[in-house]
Amino acid sequence: MSLFQKLIHIDRRIIFILIFFGTAVPLLLVLNLPVEVTKNVKNVYKMVEETPEGSPVIISFDYDPSTKPEIQPMAVAIIQQSLRNKLKLICIALWPMGVQLCNEAFEQVLPLFPEVKYGIDYVNLGYKAGGMVTINHMAKDLPSTFPTDAGGIPIDEFPIMKGINNFSKIGFVVGLSAGDPGLKQWVMVVHDAYGRPVAGGSTAVQVPYLLPYVNEQQQLTGLVGGLKGAAEYEKLINQPGFATKGMDAQSVAHLIIILLIVIGNVGFFITKRTK
Amino acid sequence: MKIFYLFFIYFFICAYCLLAQEISFTAEDNPNDDGTGIILMWKIEEENVEKIIIERSSDGTNFIEIANPMISDEQYLDVQDIKPNIKYFYQLNLYNRNGEEIISPLQTTVFAKAEWFNSNRYPLFLMTVLLAFAIIYYIVSARKGKHLFIRRISGLETIEEAVGRATELGKPLLFVPGILDLDDMQTLAGLNILSHLAQKVAQYESTLYVPVCRSMVLSTAKEIVKESYLKAGRPDAFNPDSVFYLTDDQFGYVAGVDGIIMREKPAANFYLGAFYAESLILAETGFESGAIQIAGTAMPSQIPFFVAACDYTLIGEELFAASAYLSNEPAQLGSLKGQDVGKAIIIITFLAGIVLEMFGIHFLKEFFTMH
Amino acid sequence: MRRQIPLFITFFIGTIILVSEFIPHKPFGNISTTLGGWFLIISGFAIILGQLNLFKVNLTKISRKAPNWQYYIISLVCFLIMLVCGILWGTLRQPGLLYNSEGLVAFFGLKPFDYIFKYLFENLSATMFSLLAFFMASASYRAFRARNAESTLLLVAAVLVMLGRTTIGSTLTGWIPDSLTYLHLPNIANFIMEYLNTAGQRAIMICAGLGVIGSSLRIILGIERSYLGGR
Repeated sequence: MSLFQKLIHIDRRIIFILIFFGTAVPLLLVLNLPVEVTKNVKNVYKMVEETPEGSPVIISFDYDPSTKPEIQPMAVAIIQQSLRNKLKLICIALWPMGVQLCNEAFEQVLPLFPEVKYGIDYVNLGYKAGGMVTINHMAKDLPSTFPTDAGGIPIDEFPIMKGINNFSKIGFVVGLSAGDPGLKQWVMVVHDAYGRPVAGGSTAVQVPYLLPYVNEQQQLTGLVGGLKGAAEYEKLINQPGFATKGMDAQSVAHLIIILLIVIGNVGFFITKRTK
Repeated sequence: MKIFYLFFIYFFICAYCLLAQEISFTAEDNPNDDGTGIILMWKIEEENVEKIIIERSSDGTNFIEIANPMISDEQYLDVQDIKPNIKYFYQLNLYNRNGEEIISPLQTTVFAKAEWFNSNRYPLFLMTVLLAFAIIYYIVSARKGKHLFIRRISGLETIEEAVGRATELGKPLLFVPGILDLDDMQTLAGLNILSHLAQKVAQYESTLYVPVCRSMVLSTAKEIVKESYLKAGRPDAFNPDSVFYLTDDQFGYVAGVDGIIMREKPAANFYLGAFYAESLILAETGFESGAIQIAGTAMPSQIPFFVAACDYTLIGEELFAASAYLSNEPAQLGSLKGQDVGKAIIIITFLAGIVLEMFGIHFLKEFFTMH
Repeated sequence: MRRQIPLFITFFIGTIILVSEFIPHKPFGNISTTLGGWFLIISGFAIILGQLNLFKVNLTKISRKAPNWQYYIISLVCFLIMLVCGILWGTLRQPGLLYNSEGLVAFFGLKPFDYIFKYLFENLSATMFSLLAFFMASASYRAFRARNAESTLLLVAAVLVMLGRTTIGSTLTGWIPDSLTYLHLPNIANFIMEYLNTAGQRAIMICAGLGVIGSSLRIILGIERSYLGGR
């Protein structure tokens, strides 16, 4: 096999090793490359900024630990911005493991907001199975859908839940979603049926699937996509965090993939010509 | 007399103030529902009002508090235990900063009404009727013997070749029906193809593995494979353990299926159903094992991964058409033709919409985006 | 008769669900929610069926000493450990048979089930998902070859999007003045994703939607019977 033929058939183990070092090294040595904010992310930021102080909003944790590295930084950034703007956060989960991830996000943010109190400024209502059925039920009667919070305390005991019976008072819904049930279901019920603003964050793989909902009807007000979107959000709120750090690793990995594609194509062209 | 004049002046001033303040409170039936919702609307342009409370009664005397919305909300949807055709009395109480009632409560009454047709769904209804008509028309004409041309779908033509190859090599075949439950149409479409595949496997006396990640899919898939073996005249060859449950967890399931691919080295892998991030992990592992791979999904974000790593990919509608295509029954093929007519209707509507919008006529857009 | 009853149920329920989309009046209004609830209940019970099948299949393979039978022992042991931990000591907010077992919580910091979940399961899940990065690299290397005009277009678009989605993209084109902001790589990537890609995605979604309608009608009308195990 000639050198150029070898370039077409690089052993995938070599590719794996390159990707491994390409992601591991930048995580250890921070490069701090600049992040440029894009329109869809800015729209989510603007929506949170323009929501009046004191408005109750819903954040839905519809993902699990496997997608935590991509979505958790968005959750942390959006919670930070919302608390800074004195919004009241009602958190729920359509995925069972979302409850724990919600707690972890608040554990990370709360030290920055010592005045924020559970039950007054935010609440974690926990997980409910059923996806779209649950969201529909919330639209009819939220207290009976979530009679208690994640810890089993009746929601009547929380001032934040007073007068919240459905989506009519909700400022916006942010769905952090890694699949179904997730952002699509929130759009179909909360925006399409009840006309409340919905925005969200998703894994990069899910972005093409959700982008058609970012349209003129504003089914989705905005979309934070993948680690890059999370890094952009961190830049907008001036709090560089895990996503900004992770972007270096992602950038180098992308660069390696591009180089591999170029190498493969060079080999392909030269082999084709010699034939 | 003096007191009378003073009272008259006071009354006049109060009435004037009330009129000047423009305070209104109205209630109306929430349209297009089953009579379980009432919309309450208010307009308060009075600076002294700091808080409002809405109360409800079904007899006009005993009022109970139902909500204390923000004044700026200007409307509230009451869906708490509302029943159709009952008269409801509502009153709006206005309070100042000190919690004192400013004026006597504003009252209104309303009946909730259950509708027989959701007028917001006219566009959907129209499209459904048109599509159903087109599909049924072609089913009927196909049954009458009209010849219908259906284009070749390479992925499906390869099924028999894949089963033959597996038999020659003495290797099994693997069928993955996606990771969603039976309530997803893609899973059903995948299972429909499984039925055809299992019959071929039974005819060729090959081996088939069907690992599933949902219990409901397990029982259905098992029944399908069993019936297919029966249809192929080989009920004795059916192995109930060939259809088995792994786990509901997405990545646990992927790990399990990848393990099967690497250990058993199937000659052909079929990934037909709903897939998420696991699509590429499965397809790349299958590629490494050297199997023929046929995939199909309607998940737009996963299609590129399957295209990159599999030999054949059924894109979107092809997955749903597969069973009809494989069955070769005129009635089923007719329904595919009906779908094509549906496509034509949609394309014409799009073009008409674009042209109308360019000329500033918005009725078509408004009709299709009403909610 | 064995066929007729399921076909009739399918037709009846399918028609009711279809009609309930347009009629909010009782009894149609809530019927799809109610049936959705029934589905959840049935799938809840069906989980037991799945667990029993898992147990049976693994046990059979071990008893027959099927190839690689040792792996099946590991599966069963893991399954039993989680089951026993859950039943005896419960989970974060659910007490088990031995109630809250403070001693164990003091030792592990969490209940055994939660401990295994947090420190083993979560990491294993994330590891499986991370494999995607490696597979994506190898698949892209193979797939993106400029074989013809179409694949060259695909290749160019892929490179632009990949660069635009990184900080390197921003660095490479950051010097371009603001008046030419559309030439910034992140904006080019966004343009490709929002217009070209979304148009394609929409086409696929609309056609898939038509496919769903066609399949549903075939099933409701009893023309498609493969899901019952034959034609």
